Amino acid sequence: MTHRISKISSQTAKHLAVICLAILTVLQISNSVSLAAVKKSTADHAKFEQLNGPFTSGPEVTKGCLKCHTEAAKQVHKTKHWTWQFKNEDTGQLLGKRNVINNFCISTQSNIGACSSCHVGYGWKDKTYDFTVEENVDCLVCHDTTGVYDKKKLRAGKTSNLAKIAQKVGRTSRTSCGTCHFKGGGGKAVKHGDLDPSFEAPDTFVDIHMDADGLNFTCSTCHTTDAHMVSGSRYTPKARDMAGIDVPGKGDGSRATCVSCHGYRPMKDEKLNDHTDRVACQTCHIPKFARGDYPSKMWWDWSTAGKMNEKGKPFSTLDQEGNEIYNSKKGDFVWQRDVVPEYRWFNGSVQYTLPSDKIDPDKVVEINRFQGDAKDPKALIWPIKLMRGKQPYDADNKTLAIPHTTGKDGYWKKFDWQDAITKGMAAADQPYSGKFGFVKTEMSWPMAHMVAPAKEALECVECHAKNGRLAKIAGIYMPGRDNNPWLDIAGFAALILTALGVGAHGALRIFFAWRNGRAD
Amino acid sequence: MNVTTTTTMETDAPNVTNLATNRIYIFKRFERFWHWSQALLIITMAVTGFEIHGTYTLIGFGDAVDVHTTAAWVLIGLWVFAIFWHLTTGEWRHYIPTADKLMAVAKFYAYGIFKGEHHPYKPTQLRKHNPLQLLAYLGFKLAMAPAIWITGLLYMYYADWASWGFGWLELWVIALLHTAAAFALLIFLVAHVYLTTTGHTVFAHIKAMITGWEEQDE
Repeated sequence: MTHRISKISSQTAKHLAVICLAILTVLQISNSVSLAAVKKSTADHAKFEQLNGPFTSGPEVTKGCLKCHTEAAKQVHKTKHWTWQFKNEDTGQLLGKRNVINNFCISTQSNIGACSSCHVGYGWKDKTYDFTVEENVDCLVCHDTTGVYDKKKLRAGKTSNLAKIAQKVGRTSRTSCGTCHFKGGGGKAVKHGDLDPSFEAPDTFVDIHMDADGLNFTCSTCHTTDAHMVSGSRYTPKARDMAGIDVPGKGDGSRATCVSCHGYRPMKDEKLNDHTDRVACQTCHIPKFARGDYPSKMWWDWSTAGKMNEKGKPFSTLDQEGNEIYNSKKGDFVWQRDVVPEYRWFNGSVQYTLPSDKIDPDKVVEINRFQGDAKDPKALIWPIKLMRGKQPYDADNKTLAIPHTTGKDGYWKKFDWQDAITKGMAAADQPYSGKFGFVKTEMSWPMAHMVAPAKEALECVECHAKNGRLAKIAGIYMPGRDNNPWLDIAGFAALILTALGVGAHGALRIFFAWRNGRAD
Repeated sequence: MNVTTTTTMETDAPNVTNLATNRIYIFKRFERFWHWSQALLIITMAVTGFEIHGTYTLIGFGDAVDVHTTAAWVLIGLWVFAIFWHLTTGEWRHYIPTADKLMAVAKFYAYGIFKGEHHPYKPTQLRKHNPLQLLAYLGFKLAMAPAIWITGLLYMYYADWASWGFGWLELWVIALLHTAAAFALLIFLVAHVYLTTTGHTVFAHIKAMITGWEEQDE
């Protein structure tokens, strides 16, 4: 009997628990819905006959889009997403994916047929590509809301579902941007360190703003966009936003800086606010990167590529977590999670080492160099991911090499560096001496995502310490890190001498008191 | 025994001298409160200050800054009261320097004290400090304390220097001066604490600072 009662009560308890959970879940859902209000469209694209299909290719869909969105393709044509080219007016350098070298897959030049799988267009295979064709803009890669659109399959000639996808187009999402940006560098989480597929539905710990159950920001909440021109740039980042909070009607409408919403004194502690004239918000609020579900690639050594297994075939080695740590095509990799960033003064100006620039192979070559120092009022201390590695260079001309890696005649099939570099340099119209070597390189990536909740921000002592995070930051005096050793030596010496002096005085008093006492 | 009192100075003591026990009421209630709370605050700031300086780790940099800053404001408040008290009660006159008996006191500490000589100076309610002591305190009040406060306040408000027209100032200079002043204060503290033991008994001076009554050595 008692057994039965306890059984019933335990069942009741279970029911109660389920009801409580249900209530909590409903509350939470309604809460997240109110926070993450999705903007509704005034159009149901399923009702547009232009999108009825059937479509046999991407450009056909785009033609349908352009019937109404008459200016869209012209707008996209002006963006870096389309041109992969960017002229930095301050440094005079011609940048963009078509021109720069990095220390991941190195260069797009001769490999464009493969690299363009992340281009917002159709059909870019070689130098003859016509950038003026409007229907070659790939609307779906950004505006698909079904998650079904697969650019890879489309490129392979599989075109199913295009009409259904086209009829459900909508605003961009974390997932649509992430199609390319979460996989930069040739795989998940490889390149950025602060962007990876965790961002499709991040929790509050990974990013306080993009938390899918919280504020649920999309990329475009901050990377505000006008006429397809997306704000926020890695070629010319706004290292210090001097404009303050961006009030509608006053500013440029860009929210791609912390300051554009939070201003420069957002914290309750005024002493913390005092830091914002020298320290980027990101420095304290992105305490670590690669904090999501994926480690990021930190080291890529091309010089070890080309090893074959006992059968004479290329192979790949995985670590215990399943991360590739060696690939015959690419060399050795090091992956890291929860990485403490490095720190640099940064004023927003970046100097690249371009294919024609001379390098010093005895030193670590800076693929890109963040400009700015303590004296520069535009410079703040920024957290960066420093990607390190070894990559081929022209040993006589002292320039970075451009290898041809992709395709049937590339390094990844033939495993012949001489051949790959000769072809790559020719495709890029760069001279090649015929002698190559491998040089250590490093590349800086500013950290701006994976913003932690405030309670996870850095403690003072992380930097205000002798060997703290900012140990190498020059040109400023930091309490706890810096001191004048001469003053300290003199000060403590004087203190000790005083203590010894009064100690001796006291000892003498005791001695004479004892002697005088005996004399009496 | 020659204790003369004056009526120009007010006192909260009902009985300014006690001829029977040879005592003199020398440190008034506010003065004693000021002294001990100031001592506590200065020691607190020394402990937290040298943690901020990076000399050791005790309560953590962030907490050390908070405690140091709070203590600084409390001490500034205390000093506002103390200055007001000195001015309104005329107590500031105790700090007018004098050469009278200065050498005698110096000689006493240099060797007279070892021979068991009596202190050449007897405190009165007009002159509670001996001439050497008052010079040291005057130095503390007019040089050391202002030095550490001015540098400390500038340190605290370094972000506002530009708007105050001090844009040319370098933080390391202020930090250096602030630390130097802190060393001076520490040295003062060590000597000061030792000299409290030089009364007619080891604890006579400390007792006077607690009770207000100085027992006269006769």
